[in-house]
Order: sequence, then C-alpha cells, then structure tokens
Amino acid sequence: MEMKPRFLALAISVLLVVLIVELVRRRRLREEYSWLWLSLSLAMFVLAVWPGLLDFITDLIGAVLSTSTLFFFALVFLILINVQFSVEISSMRTQVKNLAQQMALLQNTIEEGSAQAEVQDDAG
Amino acid sequence: MGDADRVLIVVPAYNEDQNIAGVIARVQEVVSGADVLVVDDGSSDATGVVARDAGAKVVSLPFNLGYGVALQTGFKYALERGYDYVVQMDADGQHEACSVLDLIAEARKGTADVVLGSRFLGASTFKPRFARRVGILLFRAIVSRVVGKSISDPTSGFQALNRSALELYATEAYPTDYPDADVLIMAHLSGFRITEIPVVMYARTADQKSMHSGLRPLYYVFKMFLSILVTLMRQRRYEVGREPAWK
Repeated sequence: MEMKPRFLALAISVLLVVLIVELVRRRRLREEYSWLWLSLSLAMFVLAVWPGLLDFITDLIGAVLSTSTLFFFALVFLILINVQFSVEISSMRTQVKNLAQQMALLQNTIEEGSAQAEVQDDAG
Repeated sequence: MGDADRVLIVVPAYNEDQNIAGVIARVQEVVSGADVLVVDDGSSDATGVVARDAGAKVVSLPFNLGYGVALQTGFKYALERGYDYVVQMDADGQHEACSVLDLIAEARKGTADVVLGSRFLGASTFKPRFARRVGILLFRAIVSRVVGKSISDPTSGFQALNRSALELYATEAYPTDYPDADVLIMAHLSGFRITEIPVVMYARTADQKSMHSGLRPLYYVFKMFLSILVTLMRQRRYEVGREPAWK
C-alpha cells in the first residue's frame, strides 16, 4: 500500500478514538454506543499499520481491488450501525408509548379527583 | 344491567367529533349500566370535549399514537379500575350499539376469553370492497387453521374481552399498530379461548376517512404476515418449556 493513504488512515483512526473518548467523557455519547465506533477505528488502525492484511482479506473474499474490500466493509459497518439504531428506536417507541399511556391515565385520575373534590365542596 | 360485574365500553377516537356524540348517546341508550370510555388519540379537533359533554369518561393521549395504542390505553384503564369485561368498539358509528349487549352476554357465559363480533355470521349490511374481501378471506383461512376452529371475521374490531384477556393485551406482547388477526393467534397460543357471535356493522360511507386507503392495505398485509409468522416462531420456543416473555 502507498504511504500517503496509510498515514491518512492512521491519522483518522487516532482522531476517531480521541473524538469518541472525548464525547463519552463529556457524556455526549453513551458508553454502549461507543464500542462500535471504537472497534471501527481499531480496524482502521490495524489495516494502516499492517499493509499485508488488506491484501490478504481482499484475496480471501475474492475481490480484485483492495478499495472494493474497504468499501464493502464500510457498507457492512454502516448497515450494522443502522440496525442498532432501529433496535434502539423500537425500544424508545415502546417507552414513549408507555409513558404517554401512563400520563394520560394519571391525568384522568387527577381530573376525576378534582371533579369529586368540587362536588364535595359544593355539598359542604 | 343487574349483574354485579362491571363492563367498560372502550371507544378509541381520533378526530371523530362529528360522530362520537352520536355513538356515545346510542350506547348509553341501549346498554344501561356500562361505562363508556373514549380514548382520545391526540385528536386535533374537539373529540375529547364532545365526548366528555356526551357523558363519557375520557382519557386523552398527549399525541396521536394510533388505534392499537389507544385501545391498549383503554385496556390498562379497565384493569386499573377493576372492570370485569371490556367491549371495544369503533368511534365512527360502524358498530351497532345493540350488538354490544350480545357481546357482553356471550362474554358473561364464561366459556370464552375473547368474544369476536363477526359481520359475516348474521344479518349485516357490511359489504367490503373486493380487495378487502380477499384480505379477509386470506386471514380467515390462516386464523381458522391456527386456532383450530372456524373464525369468519378475524379482522373485526368489535370484541368483548374478559379480565384475563385484558391482562395479556395490556402487555408489550400486544401489537399496537394494527392489532387484529395476529392478536387472535397470540391469544390462542397463550391458551385463551376465542369464540365468535354475529354482530351488526355498517359500511363506511365514501366521505369517511379510512385506514384502508392508499398503500396502507399493502403494508397491512405485509405486517400481518410478519406478525403471524413471528408469533408462531415464538410459540415453538415456548413449547420447549419456556415461559412466554409477557408472563
């Protein structure tokens, strides 16, 4: 592999680690979402310092160009991230649904309570 | 009704302030002794106010969450307040109030946990359009096969439920987007007894808004197949000694 793209990949992977750790430190990103991004930067790092690996994988999956291998795994990674988000959104929708239902039921209880109190006030 | 048990009629309503008062008045006229709960599903019109003025109990969801969520809110209400039976009914006047009495009577016999109101068993003016009829025939075949008895109207939203069915329907196992045929299969696989009686339903008039328009029917059929499939897959797992997730 050429030296230029290797340094670029190295720099990006290091920057990504710094960014993710910083986001976690500032509590802008939760730990459970950081691992996928950290493993991405680890993979980039390994590929950058070990040039033979990319060619080996390219050979293994039967691709011709090593760039195709990179694009392929990048796509797989993005799909995985999206699946993780879909799972999260599903569980958040359930939580929002339950909250809304509970809120509506509690509101109804409060309204009924104050309506009864008014009736008692009028009687007293 | 002289019986000691308590019945709640749950009416999910979304932007139905034109119809809801009439439906409530009709139910109160025909079914004495039952409480009517309107679940206002984040309507942008005056549905909640109109329903309250008409004498119904009203629970208002903070935003529109869909028919199934509104229904389930009604089930949770019924469980919290100790109702013995729930009749679920549509707010658009499609369901004939007199049939509520038949549903309750059948539920009170105690021989079924879910009493379906079928528009195809008795005298009914309901004439679905061709595409919908095909869908109903399809799900009728699937549900009847899984449940092991003939169910003529598995997509009916006019049902009576007893308390144990309510307990199942109030959990996350209840599919809240379009609950119907898949719910019946889930209820059956969970050991609940399902029966069917004839009810009267009226066809929607053309000017009424409907969930059966545009691409929705396609999504509906897809969702129903997927939902039935995964319900059946879950059941196989429970058969090897696992408790259902909602227990």
